[in-house]
Amino acid sequence: MRRALLIAVAALGLIGPPVVAQEPPPAPDRPLPDGAQEARAQALFDGIRCVVCQHEAIADSPAVIAADMRQLVREQVAAGRSDAEIEQDLVRRYGDFVLFQPPVRSGTWLLWFGPVALLTGILALLLFRSRRPRTEIEPLTAVEEARLADIISEAHLRRDPDAKPSDD
Amino acid sequence: MAPRRFRDRAVIVETGAFALILALGLAALQTALAVAGRLRRSPVLAGAAAGAAIGSALAVAVAFAALIHAFSVSDFSVANVAANSHTDKPMLYKVAGAWGSHEGSLVLWCLVLTGFGALLARARNLPFGLKTSAVATQGLLGVLFLAFAVLTSNPFARLDPAPFQGASLNPLLQDPALAFHPPLLYAGYVGFSVCFSLAVAALVEGRANAAFWPAWGRWVRPWALASWAFLTVGITLGAFWAYYELGWGGWWFWDPVENASFMPWLAGAALLHSAVVTERRGALAGWTTFLALAAFTFSMLGAFLVRSGVLTSVHAFAVDPERGMMLLAILSLTGGLAFGLFAWRAPQLKGGGIFAPVSREGALVLNNLFLTAACATVLLGTLYPLILEAANGSTISVGPPYFALTFVPLMAVALLILPAGPLLAWKRGDLPGVLQRLAVAAGLAPLLALAGWLMFEPRKALSAAGIGLGAWLIVGALAETAERVRLFRSPLAESLRRAKGLPLGAWGTTLAHAGLGVFVLGAVVETGYRAEAARPVAIGEVVEAGPWAVRLDDVRVVEGPNYLAERGLLTVTLRSGAAPRQITAERRFFPAGGQTTTEVGLDFRGLDDVYVVLGERGQSATGAPAWNVRVWWNPWARLIFLGPAIMALGGVLSLMDRRLRLGVGQRKVAA
Repeated sequence: MRRALLIAVAALGLIGPPVVAQEPPPAPDRPLPDGAQEARAQALFDGIRCVVCQHEAIADSPAVIAADMRQLVREQVAAGRSDAEIEQDLVRRYGDFVLFQPPVRSGTWLLWFGPVALLTGILALLLFRSRRPRTEIEPLTAVEEARLADIISEAHLRRDPDAKPSDD
Repeated sequence: MAPRRFRDRAVIVETGAFALILALGLAALQTALAVAGRLRRSPVLAGAAAGAAIGSALAVAVAFAALIHAFSVSDFSVANVAANSHTDKPMLYKVAGAWGSHEGSLVLWCLVLTGFGALLARARNLPFGLKTSAVATQGLLGVLFLAFAVLTSNPFARLDPAPFQGASLNPLLQDPALAFHPPLLYAGYVGFSVCFSLAVAALVEGRANAAFWPAWGRWVRPWALASWAFLTVGITLGAFWAYYELGWGGWWFWDPVENASFMPWLAGAALLHSAVVTERRGALAGWTTFLALAAFTFSMLGAFLVRSGVLTSVHAFAVDPERGMMLLAILSLTGGLAFGLFAWRAPQLKGGGIFAPVSREGALVLNNLFLTAACATVLLGTLYPLILEAANGSTISVGPPYFALTFVPLMAVALLILPAGPLLAWKRGDLPGVLQRLAVAAGLAPLLALAGWLMFEPRKALSAAGIGLGAWLIVGALAETAERVRLFRSPLAESLRRAKGLPLGAWGTTLAHAGLGVFVLGAVVETGYRAEAARPVAIGEVVEAGPWAVRLDDVRVVEGPNYLAERGLLTVTLRSGAAPRQITAERRFFPAGGQTTTEVGLDFRGLDDVYVVLGERGQSATGAPAWNVRVWWNPWARLIFLGPAIMALGGVLSLMDRRLRLGVGQRKVAA
């Protein structure tokens, strides 16, 4: 009975991740005959986001649109267009969202250069400060010495009342 | 008989609900008693607060046990069980279902929070003021998260009428690695709460003398080490699960949810290292405090990102905006208060000993700088798309290429510097001397890089450089130990005696750094040189990837406990046909949830994996049935998961070091 169910479901093409459960199965991939071109297309797939999925590249996505996008990329590779041209075309169709590498423009400077700026900033600050002559810390005053002794002895005087002698 | 059993269960579930509320009350009591005890300097009140902390942990444990019981007996009158379980599920996944949902995992979060709180309350060697303030802070965190659980996410809410069958757990999550992934991950995430509380307490107590900070560094380090080790194992299990369960051949995709777990790890790693400087030299006190606050704040940020619905992914629990707002409120309140306190008090912290730029301290400062910048990269990469969309509506995606261009170079520089760090002396190091001791590593690394360059595809120079980097880390870490035991420079017996005398912490450092090198080797080789092939094959046909050929022998339909599957029988051989080995790969259909998962066929070949995914059934050109078979050759993939395991082991060894054991350290400080 269950086997029959499985076969029926498989025949209906319903087996697939939940996202595409109601869609017809995607068209099977037709790799390009030229090995070098296919390798280029595969490399491009890794950087292109499936526009209906959550953070998934079209290389890995089982969605129908991902299959369509793979086919589109393959056609353009076969037509002899450069990687940059193909990516430009995708951005024109779907927006910046479609590429996993965000563009470098005024809105994304912080994203691209923020961490390096942070690193160099702190490094510069540290170097600047290390140039200034520093003195060893002054020895503790008598009052501070007394407080220090107090702090250290506290642990023994004000014990946790739960502690048993055996805990020591 | 049946109605009576139902009544028993009813009591158990309601006991759980009651225990959770009781835990909230006890956490509030803990906070109030600790604050009062601190203000009046009363050991009695502080002791009562410690008692309340332990009581709170016990109450959450009771609630969690009740929830697990409800899942294990499939009590579908509990809404959470009905939504996440099914009678057909194997017992392991019934139990794991208890933390497979938002509500259940929140109880787990609270259990770890109060459990660590109870351990903190039992710690005997902390000075009164610091301990009482830390217990109060931990109690307040408990109040916030328990209130969140009780008010918005009651895991014991009832359904009337109870359904006869549950909706099942997402089948992707029905996996042994994933059953243990959340508890380990949470032990790491929430373990940092103790570091957070100790940092808040240190800022409140405002010790203006330099003698306080070395002791504080020693107190905070075991908690940081334990949390970091748990988090390392938790993240690795998650990555391993993603690798063999999601069936896309990869193990890390810089998904926002992966990043959410990675940020506390990076902050925790920075904290471990800066706490060493604080402990040994009294320096960087403010910075260490900052990192202790940051690590748990990142944990809370992660919880917000995953549970609020601002992101959605495999990990994200079904969410509603009210919960998101409340988590954001908790995050802003605790983060705001803590960092406000930091901004107010930090300028009053006195610095410790002076050190030259080239010194152990200097190297650890560099480590912290790079880890912080790396963490900033991950933070920006995770939040930037959200911020940009909110700011001007434009949408971008931040994925692997961004991190390859920002995170990877930063870490590469940090890893180049790393082996020198442990060899440098405190205060003022001797760089030429250190480089001399690293001569073996410096000679071996380029040789191995060259070997890698020749062994794999010769065109990928960057990947070959990565192999050199991994070798540099491993040999460099071993060089440090060799130096300390005077290997080859004194008789072997003498070296052995010295090795026995080395503190466990030194072995821990070496292991952790070497483990990082092992991970780098695996990650670089797997990412740089993996080969992939996919095509529809009929029975008896072959797919080739790298040096391997995979033949589809047969496909059968099989029945599992709660699924039906198409099971492919495949033979993996070298292209020459040598070294055949049988594997199976499955496509499983879970009727309960109507979902399909892939069960990857993995052939472990030494350090390499041959990774096979059985795809959908179609037709070949001749009309015969054919299956889309995808094959990856993942060279050295074993090292990716072995490396972090070695790192975590290093953390555990450091934790077992006598010097870090609470109590021992205290007496030494007092002496």
